[in-house]
Amino acid sequence: MKLNKIFRVAWEGLMLNKVRSFLTTLGVIIGVASVIVMMAVSAGAEAAIAEQINALGANLLIVSPMRGVPGAGRTLLYEDALAIGEQVVGITGVSAEQSPATQTVKANGVTLDAIAVVGTSADFPSVRDYPLAEGVYFTSADDDRKLKVAVLGSDLAKDLFGTDSPLGQTITVGSTKLTVIGIMSSKGVVADIDYDGRVYLPINVVFQKFMASSLMNADAVRTIYVKVASQDKIESVTTQITSLLAKRHDVDATKPDFSIQTQQDIIATQQATTAAFRNLLAWVAGVSLLVGGIGIMNIMLVSVTERTREIGLRMALGAHPVDVQTQFLLEAVILSLAGGLVGVLIGVGGSLLFGALGDMRTQIVPLSVPLAFGAAAAIGIFFGYYPATQAAKLDPIVALRHE
Amino acid sequence: MSEYLIEVQNLSKVYGEEQDAMVYALNDLSAKVERGGFVAIMGPSGSGKSTLMNILGCLDRPTSGAYFLDGRDVSGLNKNELADVRNQKIGFVFQSFNLLPRLSALENVLMPMLYDTANDLSVEQQRARATEALASVGLEKRTHHHPNQLSGGQQQRVAIARALINRPPLILADEPTGNLDSKASVEIMDLLHQLHKQGVTVVMVTHEQDIASHAGRIICVRDGKTVADGHCSDKTL
Repeated sequence: MKLNKIFRVAWEGLMLNKVRSFLTTLGVIIGVASVIVMMAVSAGAEAAIAEQINALGANLLIVSPMRGVPGAGRTLLYEDALAIGEQVVGITGVSAEQSPATQTVKANGVTLDAIAVVGTSADFPSVRDYPLAEGVYFTSADDDRKLKVAVLGSDLAKDLFGTDSPLGQTITVGSTKLTVIGIMSSKGVVADIDYDGRVYLPINVVFQKFMASSLMNADAVRTIYVKVASQDKIESVTTQITSLLAKRHDVDATKPDFSIQTQQDIIATQQATTAAFRNLLAWVAGVSLLVGGIGIMNIMLVSVTERTREIGLRMALGAHPVDVQTQFLLEAVILSLAGGLVGVLIGVGGSLLFGALGDMRTQIVPLSVPLAFGAAAAIGIFFGYYPATQAAKLDPIVALRHE
Repeated sequence: MSEYLIEVQNLSKVYGEEQDAMVYALNDLSAKVERGGFVAIMGPSGSGKSTLMNILGCLDRPTSGAYFLDGRDVSGLNKNELADVRNQKIGFVFQSFNLLPRLSALENVLMPMLYDTANDLSVEQQRARATEALASVGLEKRTHHHPNQLSGGQQQRVAIARALINRPPLILADEPTGNLDSKASVEIMDLLHQLHKQGVTVVMVTHEQDIASHAGRIICVRDGKTVADGHCSDKTL
């Protein structure tokens, strides 16, 4: 018997109970759709993290005080940044950064509360790949002289001065008057930091005006960003900085009171977190596919029992056991493939919808579509095999007498 | 070619394995049916006539003995070979019609062709042949009706058309009028007569004397043996 004929017979069998067939496929639909959506959500989360970390700037080393070491919060000093800049070979820039408490900013008759203030070195725009839109950034000479200048984030500039040019204007940060010399380009919100809403000051001004009263070491820095000349020098630069800072801090280089991370390190750490999350989601989706498969097997067993007489008749009229087996196996495969197809459509549509409507970023993983669809087909064959074999084993005499 | 379409020799069908618990449904039964014959098999319940019918219909295999159908010994064939023999050589007519309710009369009639591996007719040719078969049982205007839209007699005629579609030499009818009123019964018997006249061999199981009397020959079965051949009186039953 030809396969296309058996296919028609199987299709007729399914159309016999349209609602039941649909409900049976629902399990597979949900399973397949959730595989695709969950993979899209976790891929989206990973992509967002990678993008944020790359937005820090390319070939960047991030030196920070080691968390959990007593006193380490104050061990990374401005002089460390200067020493790195002077002694380490293979770097193009160093920027130390320190953020004091948020401040009230007044200018042009406008008062804004809780504005983030960031002290940076002069290399900040090049180290962080964050160019200016207008004006200039301060030089290291300006920084050394504690020149009272400020560079505004693009949104902050608009909030304070509207359409007027802020260049040359005076702003008051806390109680310190500063002259605006530049405006940064728009960078947006990256890793929960609103770059466009901050004000950037020479780090020495921050030390003098905003940190002196709060800390014993008024020249402690939160982070030192080091721009490496090229990818292949990252390892050598890391080694140099480790030995230099270990010597300066008088600690064992194997147990430093600071940490050096590359963007790759951070991405890998973050991805390890999202991978655990993704694996969990994959298990949940896998279980729902399994449940869908069991639903198909259940319904196929019911269907074989209900249609025992029909099976007996077909056998009496000349159907081979394998024809009957193929018929019921095909019914199961059609159910699961139809479920797979609808599941793919809902999964892809749902992923796009989530991405478009919510804050959740989604990115459809191309592999997830054939993967989920293939899993649905495999489930149809796996869970359809047993009922189909039961049908093929029936004795036509007994089956014909079945009520 | 043998002059007998059906030839069974020393047929036994035993149920149970243990010596003490063995039940002989058929016990050393031999019989012949000539080509073009019209034979009724009669017998009380438990006589073994159902078992005989199942073996004649290639739905079951004898424990011992030989069954020659159309010159071929089919007693030792496997399931697939038996299925092919049923498809090609035998047209079944059941007491309860056994039509699939979701299919039209035409689709029901087409079903045996679905399992005919030798058949290479196009879909149109198959449908033409099924329409022809339905016309031969007087249902040319009912081809697209479903079984629940047909009377019992009409349903049995669809079943007969289905039995004829692969042009088998043998029609096996198991109580063909058992579910029908007397008027419809007469119609069905007339139809079987017609087929017989056209050269088809008809073997029919019934317990009704007047239905059996339509056949040219009556085989009576009791306790797994033929007790009379040619005529069954009430006494032999």
